[in-house]
Amino acid sequence: MQRYAWLAVLLLASLLIGARVYAQASAAAPDDAFATAVTGLAADNFPDKAAAVTALIELKHPGGRAVLAALLDGKLYFRNADQQVFITDGGETSLALTDPLTQKSVGSGTPDDYTRITTNNSLRKTLRSAVASFALTDPDPGVRLDAVREMLRSLDDDSVALLRSRLEQEKDAGVRKAMQEGLALADLDSSEADTRLAAVDALEDSLSPDVYNRLTAMVTAAEDGSFPEADERVRTRAREVISAIDASRQVYATLETLFFGLSLGSVLVLAAIGLAITFGVMGVINMAHGELMMLGAYTTYVVQQAMPNHIGLSIFISIPLAFLVSACVGMLIERGVVRFLYGRPLETLLATFGVSLILQQVVRDLFSANNRPVETPEWMAGSLQINEALSITYNRLYVILFMVVVFVILQMVLQKTSLGLKVRAVAQNRNMARAMGVRTQWVDAMTFGLGSGIAGVAGVALSQLTNVGPNLGQQYIIDSFMVVVFGGVGNLWGTLIGGMSLGVVNKVLEPWAGAVLAKILVLVALILFIQRRPRGLFPQKGRAAES
Amino acid sequence: MKNLKLTRRLAMLAGAVALTIGSAAQAADTIKVGVLHSLSGTMAISETTLKDTVLMLIDEQNKKGGLLGKKLEAVVVDPASNWPLFAEKAEQLLVKDKVSVVFGCWTSVSRKSVLPVFEKNNGLLFYPVQYEGEESSKNVFYTGAAPNQQAIPAVDYLMKDLGVKRWVLAGTDYVYPRTTNKILEAYLKSKGVADADIMINYTPFGHSDWQSIVADIKKFGSAGKKTAVVSTINGDANVPFYKELGNQKISAEDIPVVAFSVGEEELSGLDTKPLVGHLAAWNYFMSVKSPLNTEWIKKWQAYTKNPKRTFNDPMEAHVIGFQMWVKAVEKAKTTDVSKVTDAMIGLETPNLTGGVAKMLPNHHLTKPVLIGEVRADGQFDTVWKTTGLVPGDAWSDFLPGSKDIEADWVTLKCGNYNTKTKQCSGQNYK
Repeated sequence: MQRYAWLAVLLLASLLIGARVYAQASAAAPDDAFATAVTGLAADNFPDKAAAVTALIELKHPGGRAVLAALLDGKLYFRNADQQVFITDGGETSLALTDPLTQKSVGSGTPDDYTRITTNNSLRKTLRSAVASFALTDPDPGVRLDAVREMLRSLDDDSVALLRSRLEQEKDAGVRKAMQEGLALADLDSSEADTRLAAVDALEDSLSPDVYNRLTAMVTAAEDGSFPEADERVRTRAREVISAIDASRQVYATLETLFFGLSLGSVLVLAAIGLAITFGVMGVINMAHGELMMLGAYTTYVVQQAMPNHIGLSIFISIPLAFLVSACVGMLIERGVVRFLYGRPLETLLATFGVSLILQQVVRDLFSANNRPVETPEWMAGSLQINEALSITYNRLYVILFMVVVFVILQMVLQKTSLGLKVRAVAQNRNMARAMGVRTQWVDAMTFGLGSGIAGVAGVALSQLTNVGPNLGQQYIIDSFMVVVFGGVGNLWGTLIGGMSLGVVNKVLEPWAGAVLAKILVLVALILFIQRRPRGLFPQKGRAAES
Repeated sequence: MKNLKLTRRLAMLAGAVALTIGSAAQAADTIKVGVLHSLSGTMAISETTLKDTVLMLIDEQNKKGGLLGKKLEAVVVDPASNWPLFAEKAEQLLVKDKVSVVFGCWTSVSRKSVLPVFEKNNGLLFYPVQYEGEESSKNVFYTGAAPNQQAIPAVDYLMKDLGVKRWVLAGTDYVYPRTTNKILEAYLKSKGVADADIMINYTPFGHSDWQSIVADIKKFGSAGKKTAVVSTINGDANVPFYKELGNQKISAEDIPVVAFSVGEEELSGLDTKPLVGHLAAWNYFMSVKSPLNTEWIKKWQAYTKNPKRTFNDPMEAHVIGFQMWVKAVEKAKTTDVSKVTDAMIGLETPNLTGGVAKMLPNHHLTKPVLIGEVRADGQFDTVWKTTGLVPGDAWSDFLPGSKDIEADWVTLKCGNYNTKTKQCSGQNYK
């Protein structure tokens, strides 16, 4: 009996110990699994890394968010010696290390001993969606909206459940709408026809391509004549919604093309408006006009080099500086070359062409033949999202606004100042102006300087759109002459209308003719137009036109 | 006065004679190496570094004691990105300077323009850039990638690893993109991709207004199937293109762009923010960690005295080409072009990223193919790599016209041999 009692005690004791060990193990299990998954991120191939990321997402460990965010930002490193993973911070000389398990700082290390854990596109997509699900509770509605959009890109059961639970607490109307759209998309898979019908209804106003593709797939018949969507009512409703979406997408597509055209047009106008003064008002064929724009673009580059920490501000400083630089060079050209050649257009053309080559070579020697990188300020990058079907890129928007401002200022100068009065007087009748006491030589220089300065300002705008290199000017000189000739020589309004219409026509043609053919078609149309109306859209009237 | 003039003339004459004798004497104990890369004009951005690479290689070889007991001497000419001038300068190198070998050319147009010159004068050219194939000349060794060593593997990667179903083939309007896209289109169709899922777009050199084209790509990519852009856009038109992609918020995760002409050197001149995550296919990346690669990068940075200088794929091609030529000359014990050409076939030199480059009878190399994603610092993260080396195929197997054509300078002694008609139609095609 006693023996049995001993046995019983032993058994009990061992059971107890076992249970305690087991309890400890289960408490430690999430941490262990988390640690394993984190170590798995240091794998040298992407499938293993992806598996580790999936494991991390599923574990829902409190430390998970920081690790995933660090991986996404490229701040997760492993130590070369023992493959241990750290969240890091810091620059080129030393790395501040944080233990991903405890979230505590564990000193620092030199970058040579650590290797950054790389990601690829599909991994980043998963990560973004996972990190976004954490951001759903962010106090900023903008962040929440981005998070919802991010989640909509790859919906699964988990994210749908999460969205559903967050919907009730969401106060912001925009975020709610995006969430509802996501849930409606998920509801399209429901087995209840009524739920699906309600989902289609809810998607009526959506312009997102996902919705469109989903609905189209529902009503597209398979080879055997059956539809993915079984219910007739849902199909009819889906077709209605599709045609409504089609109609509004068509409208937005037209608006988009129009915007593209206007933005191309405003670049053309900016490039041509200086020429409209030198060529249009003074009658000088200045082949170096493009190089004056190039100088403006290089001025922007130099200003940016001088103030690398204030990229946004540098643009505003560049505008007057570029004006001054190009205006000075322009006046030098006028005083040094052009004034000896008034009334001899062919010689002027050749001489200014020579000047353009000299300017190009000077820039090549000063800055090298390579393109110079001009940075775009933050506020000019990205686009203004009006809705899912229409977004307007900021840089183009600002260029249109900039063009309008330049045009208005130029008109004011020509119409409201005494310089403008003299310029117009000399343009209309040089001898009469001189008889009235106008120093025509001085006016010539100032007019040429004004036109050149405007070219420099255009260069600042171009530096944000295209490559800044010695050949920048050559790309625009032909277009500029085209616009001035089309608009009507000597008329700024003609230049504005001419440039805008050339831009729009080009962009309307481009989608179906291709970029190369569209340009050719525009050129041919322009030649035919000049044949019919040699003086352009808005010819100068009166006596000046006869000379 | 008269006397003075006479003395001066005599002195000049003496000087000239001395110079001629001097150069003749020099010619006797140096081996001349021609460098035919544009040092000005639009291609200067890419080609100048290649000239420096060859100069570095020559410098290094001379430090080792030269070749066949003689010093190497570089003859550098500037064809100025002007295609007809390439032919003229090549003629000058071969006929006047009598160089033993030429390292040069970048664009396919320039190569096509010097080809007859090299064949007429029996010169030897090492061409270091990836190109469209459809050529194999007895006088040219192609150390860059053929389409099956760059374009085809890249498309395979997109198709298999990323599940791409819809394709945009965007390129600059000239011979390399047009031929490459023709090959790719035929290849995609052979893999069952429908016509409606391929969009082809060409733009002029230096195109800067990408708004509508990028909007079109966005629309094309929103049809619910995974879409990718295969870009053969060349030169500086890439900058506004990637900028516009960024502005219209097309990220590499939605629509990746894989480029065949954008490397470290091109990236070093621009703002890389909008490019991060986009792909490039090459046979070499500077970021690949290998002892040999580190060694060459250090050599290059020491030579250029710039610790930030980048190293790129065509430069690796020159390094390999130069080392092979040195080996071939040592093997043939002469710089005679025909003997060196024969000695070249079968030679092996290690690639900087691992593996061994072997010169094949069709004058192309075996190469590894790497796909990389652009990083914020202008380098690439390798995301995919062929397991072995891919032998370069001069004539594409996917074009109906060139399927049956073989190039073999050992057994067939022909660069354009039709296996059906059993005929050799000259050294190169067209």
